[in-house]
Amino acid sequence: MTANAGSDEVMEVDVLVIGGGTAGPMAAVKAKEANPDLRVVVLEKANVKRSGCISMGMDGLNNAVIPGHATPEQYVKEITVANDGIVNQKTVMAYAERSYDMIQQLDKWGVKFEKDETGDFNVKKVHHMGTYVLPMPEGHNIKKILYRQLRRKRVEVINRYMATRLFNGPDGRIAGAMLLNPRTAETAVIKAKTVILCTGAAGRLGLPSSGYLFGTYENPTNAGDGYSMAYHAGAELSGLECYQINPLIKDYNGPACAYVTGPMGGYTANAQGDRFIECDYWSGQMMMEFYKELEGGKGPVFLKLDHLAEETVEEIEEILHTNERPSRGRFHENRNTNYREKMVEMHISEIGFCSGHSASGIWTDENARTTVPGLYAAGDVGSVPHNYMLGAFVYGAIAGEDAAAYCADHELPEIDKAEIDKERARILAPLNREHGVPAHQVEYKLRRLVNDYLQPPKVTRKMEIGQDRFAEIRRDLELISAEDPHELMRANEVSFILDCAEMAAAASLYRTESRWGLYHYRVDYPETDNGDWFAHVQTKKGEDSKPVNFKRPIDPYIVELGDAEKDAYQKLRVNNANA
Amino acid sequence: MPSTKITNTVPVTVNAEACIADKGCSVCVDVCPLDVLLIDQAKGTAYMGYDECWYCLPCEKDCPTNAITVHIPYLLR
Ligand SMILES: Cc1cc2nc3c(=O)[nH]c(=O)nc-3n(C[C@H](O)[C@H](O)[C@H](O)COP(=O)(O)OP(=O)(O)OC[C@H]3O[C@@H](n4cnc5c(N)ncnc54)[C@H](O)[C@@H]3O)c2cc1C
Ligand code: SF4
Ligand code: SF4
Repeated sequence: MTANAGSDEVMEVDVLVIGGGTAGPMAAVKAKEANPDLRVVVLEKANVKRSGCISMGMDGLNNAVIPGHATPEQYVKEITVANDGIVNQKTVMAYAERSYDMIQQLDKWGVKFEKDETGDFNVKKVHHMGTYVLPMPEGHNIKKILYRQLRRKRVEVINRYMATRLFNGPDGRIAGAMLLNPRTAETAVIKAKTVILCTGAAGRLGLPSSGYLFGTYENPTNAGDGYSMAYHAGAELSGLECYQINPLIKDYNGPACAYVTGPMGGYTANAQGDRFIECDYWSGQMMMEFYKELEGGKGPVFLKLDHLAEETVEEIEEILHTNERPSRGRFHENRNTNYREKMVEMHISEIGFCSGHSASGIWTDENARTTVPGLYAAGDVGSVPHNYMLGAFVYGAIAGEDAAAYCADHELPEIDKAEIDKERARILAPLNREHGVPAHQVEYKLRRLVNDYLQPPKVTRKMEIGQDRFAEIRRDLELISAEDPHELMRANEVSFILDCAEMAAAASLYRTESRWGLYHYRVDYPETDNGDWFAHVQTKKGEDSKPVNFKRPIDPYIVELGDAEKDAYQKLRVNNANA
Repeated sequence: MPSTKITNTVPVTVNAEACIADKGCSVCVDVCPLDVLLIDQAKGTAYMGYDECWYCLPCEKDCPTNAITVHIPYLLR
């Protein structure tokens, strides 16, 4: 694709998938399977061969619902409880019901899952209640397998173009996207009947405590692009106060990975080597206990493996140092950390938005539809809680199929030329400024402010000061200059991050209670208040271009919880380890 | 605003002997999710142009001549 600064090349498609990581390729493949005549394009900021969270592979499925091991009803209960009741159960059920079919589909495509002697999937218990973790000892092939499917189904792929904004048609429905090439600064427009956002988490919201901008838990290509684009297109977002915060190795962004080591006998321990949480499954409640131990007299927190047998440690090293985050062995080597001799120091990650692990995303229903007609969201950027990789695949498939059906009875909407001109001028502006502030400096400051003012424990006055400081950064956007197209990409990402920071502050201030353990721990409203706050908190772009918040009632449950189950995740602390 | 340049160490090392960018290879540049690798046309080798690395390793794994070594960025080491 070529284009220039004055007149953009315009491409017309039926289904535009933005983001070719995990959910994106699946969405495109399923849209093509539903109707091979459709023109389906995957747009990717990086290169679909190695992009997204699963770029190097994955250690396993964190949420496999496999007959004989778990039922969809059990899974819906587990996630409802883990997410403190704030779920649209229909969306979780839609995932759970297709989970097993998707595993079989991936198995057929050649993804290797762990099986026992009888050929049954070897599922492990990591969650508090049910059994859902399925290891993928050869998980490193997954991107290759997806790529093969993209080619087989004749999906068009455009690498190294980033989407910067979505366009709405005259009647408000989605009409396409603006594109920027981060190598040449060329711009382009894609007109589309439907757009499926699969742009992953908002991974560059908080600053890792190392201070390294790109040392984030999430793939830092995912700056929060999709959250910002959906917001400007008028879509509703949900649960943005329910941050993602993960337990990681101190200074290294890989999960210490109790999911892999737990079933083999490893666990999260305090400085005395004692277990202090019942269950290593990541939840806000678990993170709260983690945080208390980290900051308390028995801290910090460690991953304990030094009691395990040699063969077990070797097996753990083989999995953890070759698959998902293969640079991990090098990190340990630099510090002379040997699992056999030393516990591994842990810490908590920077904050982010991600429904893959937590619950913050673009609001979608059980068909992956957002509140803007023709616009879909799937994967980490959607709103189905604790959805992980398999959820990204399932919701990608749901979105692709629904989008294909939508195309059948909709024409391509018009895009206002003035809107295109405005957007082109906005995204190219830093290139034309001289002697401005470089993007990395503004980004560092912005993300440092996110840590200072938004990171839990959340304090009202601090978040308000944060809002004032973000307003100053918004003025600074006008000062950013870029020396080359690469820096121009970073400059545009800063504006995504800023939108996310402002949305995070607004949603956190709006919910005047505490919920989800550490994720939304408000020191000045420490109690959970089910009377007033048993509701989703939604965020939308207001008339004054600032975020507005409102409540959305929780749909009646389709799977009722037993009284004993309701607070299962409130009892995660090991009894004898009470602080 | 007045400005200055500061020098950063970068985590990726390319073995110039092994690199075959001069024969048209650009695999590492193609796969890097953060788009931080470049080809020095004059020298005919790849190099890291920006200190923005996720130490994820596709560049190292996919390089046909094992020319690339990814180190942990200094700030995290
Ligand atoms: C380190 C790590 C370990 C994990 N371990 C596990 C595990 O063991 N098991 C499990 O089930 N889950 C795991 N997860 C979660 C799982 O990987 C994610 O939930 C899932 O892969 C998310 O898929 P996605 O498609 O939403 O995002 P991604 O796969 O990240 O894809 C997003 C894509 O969008 C592209 N993009 C972003 N912005 C733009 C833009 N503006 N224009 C064009 N393209 C854009 C990106 O380049 C990227 O390719 C892990 C996640 C991480 C980060
Ligand atoms: S992949 Fe290897 S050989 Fe090819 S350009 Fe990069 S460093 Fe050189
Ligand atoms: S390790 Fe990853 S981010 Fe760093 S240069 Fe290689 S591919 Fe790029």
